[in-house]
Amino acid sequence: MSFAKLTASTLAIAALSASAAHARDQVQVAGSSTVLPYASIVAEAFGENTDFPTPVVESGGTSAGLKRFCEGVGENTIDVANASRQIREKEIKACAENGVTDIIEVRIGYDGIVFASQQGGPAYDAFVPADIYNAIGAQVMKDGELVENTYESWAEFNSDLPDVEIAMFIPGTKHGTREVFEDKVLLEGCKATGAMEAMMEAGMSEDDAEDACLDVRQDGRSVDIDGDYTETLARIDANPNGIGVFGLAFYENNLDKLKVATMGGVEPTTETIASGEYPVSRPLFFYVKKAHIGVIPGLKEYAQFFVADEIAGPGGPLANYGLVADPELAETQFNVANEVTMGEGS
Amino acid sequence: MTDASIDTAPAAGGKGSLLGSDARTKKRNAAEKRFRLYGMAAIAIGLFFLLVLFVSIIRSGAPAFTRTVVDVEFTLTQAEFEAAESELFKTKAYSNLFIQKLKSQLDAAGVEAEFDESAIERLLGKVGSTLREFYRANPEQLGQPVDFELAASSRVDGYFKGRVSRDTLQDSRFLQVSDLDLVDRLEEAGVIRQAFNWPFITGADSGVDNPGGAGIGASVVGSFFMMLVVLALSLPIGVAASIYLEEFAPKNRWTDLIEVNISNLAAVPSIVFGILGLAVFIQFMHLPQSAPLVGGLVLTLMTLPTIIISTRASLRAVPPSIRDAALGVGASKMQAVFHHVLPLAMPGILTGTIIGLAQALGETAPLLLIGMVGFVARGYPDGFIAGFTEPNSAMPAQIYTWATRADAGFYEKAWGGIIILLAFLLTMNIIAIILRRRFERRW
Repeated sequence: MSFAKLTASTLAIAALSASAAHARDQVQVAGSSTVLPYASIVAEAFGENTDFPTPVVESGGTSAGLKRFCEGVGENTIDVANASRQIREKEIKACAENGVTDIIEVRIGYDGIVFASQQGGPAYDAFVPADIYNAIGAQVMKDGELVENTYESWAEFNSDLPDVEIAMFIPGTKHGTREVFEDKVLLEGCKATGAMEAMMEAGMSEDDAEDACLDVRQDGRSVDIDGDYTETLARIDANPNGIGVFGLAFYENNLDKLKVATMGGVEPTTETIASGEYPVSRPLFFYVKKAHIGVIPGLKEYAQFFVADEIAGPGGPLANYGLVADPELAETQFNVANEVTMGEGS
Repeated sequence: MTDASIDTAPAAGGKGSLLGSDARTKKRNAAEKRFRLYGMAAIAIGLFFLLVLFVSIIRSGAPAFTRTVVDVEFTLTQAEFEAAESELFKTKAYSNLFIQKLKSQLDAAGVEAEFDESAIERLLGKVGSTLREFYRANPEQLGQPVDFELAASSRVDGYFKGRVSRDTLQDSRFLQVSDLDLVDRLEEAGVIRQAFNWPFITGADSGVDNPGGAGIGASVVGSFFMMLVVLALSLPIGVAASIYLEEFAPKNRWTDLIEVNISNLAAVPSIVFGILGLAVFIQFMHLPQSAPLVGGLVLTLMTLPTIIISTRASLRAVPPSIRDAALGVGASKMQAVFHHVLPLAMPGILTGTIIGLAQALGETAPLLLIGMVGFVARGYPDGFIAGFTEPNSAMPAQIYTWATRADAGFYEKAWGGIIILLAFLLTMNIIAIILRRRFERRW
């Protein structure tokens, strides 16, 4: 039967490829979907400008990427993990247990998080963290008392804001963006409105009050978006009153559809984020497995190419796409060149 | 036969004439007519939705098949080539050289629009890599004028396709309203024009800042190799399993258990197979990550139950008289199955296989876990064997990746990718139909 022949040849191919697996020649990257666009730009340019094969960049999220990164050392594990937050102690420990001890941390720049609404929607021009907290926090201050959030419209708590229905689309809990949103907006707003103080007076410990500040209302006015920014954009498109949380790069790529609000009086631009004036931003990282340098061809070159002035510096393709260049890039370049691992040096 | 005459008058007591229909017959006929109408309405609604689907896919996807190109004559000297090659970011150096020359050409031609070098940069796509590739492959062309057809930037492309308009365009570093004057002048001069987008069909994935360079070709190849693996494994295994279960296996508690499990397996969500694939094929068997081989193996697991179920059904549909006749003239059981039953069941088996393959072709979820989603389809494999082992993506994964990117140019590509995916599926179906026609036998 020809079936038998087909099967035999396929098995032979499988066997061959299993041995080929030990000769991986491309850099394998996985992790944050926020870093993915930048990594794909660099990977494409790296393939075009060097004689190494183009690296493979997968997405899947920061935590999933770091988990795969920490699975161990060897060619069937990834070489680089992209992360939209710093690696946690817990993850470093998990890494160490599997033999991944020498990790090089590379900070590639900053990402701003912006609040944007439909071009033709109401005038959401200026927010302060307190507005966002009042709109979507689970418990808010109303007439000096801590109550369940029943605000229906923005004008109810801030007369400068339009009198339209509250509808916010915020990143889901699996996103790295959510963490920044919670830390820099919800918590700040909670403190500013006095809700946190009221919670502590009601007998909560400081930690519990902080956790309670991060709870969002569950009555449908705040919607968690677990997909990508494109999903948020689709929701905003469908709802003129909606406000979405986006990355700066995504917003800048969709200027014709979105308009942005200032936060605390500062407009989000590359300049204000680099200077730290715009409050809602976060650093982006990737982590390199030092044990793979010299084993996987092009790994160190990839890391060096990524942080080179021409690529990650101001005016480079990453900045042009919306990454905010790191003012301390030179130090990062030094660390990569000398393979300084975490815990070593500065 | 009784000789009841046809003109007998209707008898009293409910016996109606055979000529005229009585009330109950009328009712039944009306019910049948209504049922036919329901059927036709159902088909009409189905067709309507199919039409809506096709129209929207083609309308959104068609723009992906054209692109905007800039026709320019360009000369690169040996010295410039060497200078560009000595840089770290070589493609950028090529692109800068090109922009400088284009600007001086436009200045000389007296184009009536305000522009500077950054404006030209905004109009062009990623020209550096095209130039570098060309001059590295054809060093003898250095110093000679060469005609290039280079991709324009995604927003200029959008301007030609109506995605970007003067009214809604906001000045940004990607494109400014004033640049559109230059685009109009260049179009009048015939420098910028629309062309068929071959790179989209033949090319590989590109970085997020280069929608013009993105193509689906590499992931079509990835899907092709995955389908080869699925076909080569699931068809023989599935058919062998079902022949054994249907024709040879004793009917006892064990075969019942297997049967129940196969039916259950067909209903397992595909992502589960992805987790299994990651654990077994990559972590335990150390097969390469992101490889179509692993993708094919995972999809084989997913397709097997579908093929087994449909094969068993079509084996069962072969009349027992065929088996009895074969056995009666002295054929062994195996001869009866392979010479008589299997050929008759072939059309049904092919139908089941094509349904299974079509399902596997459109699957993204299991691929997510074995590393085939992301910036993966970066180029063609170096050969037949490499096609199985080199990292590649698949069409649905590529479409998903494009749909999540920020630049609207990629959204259009995602729709275009759907058209290619449907064309691939259609080709697969046509091959199956042709094969089925050849196997079709009457009894």
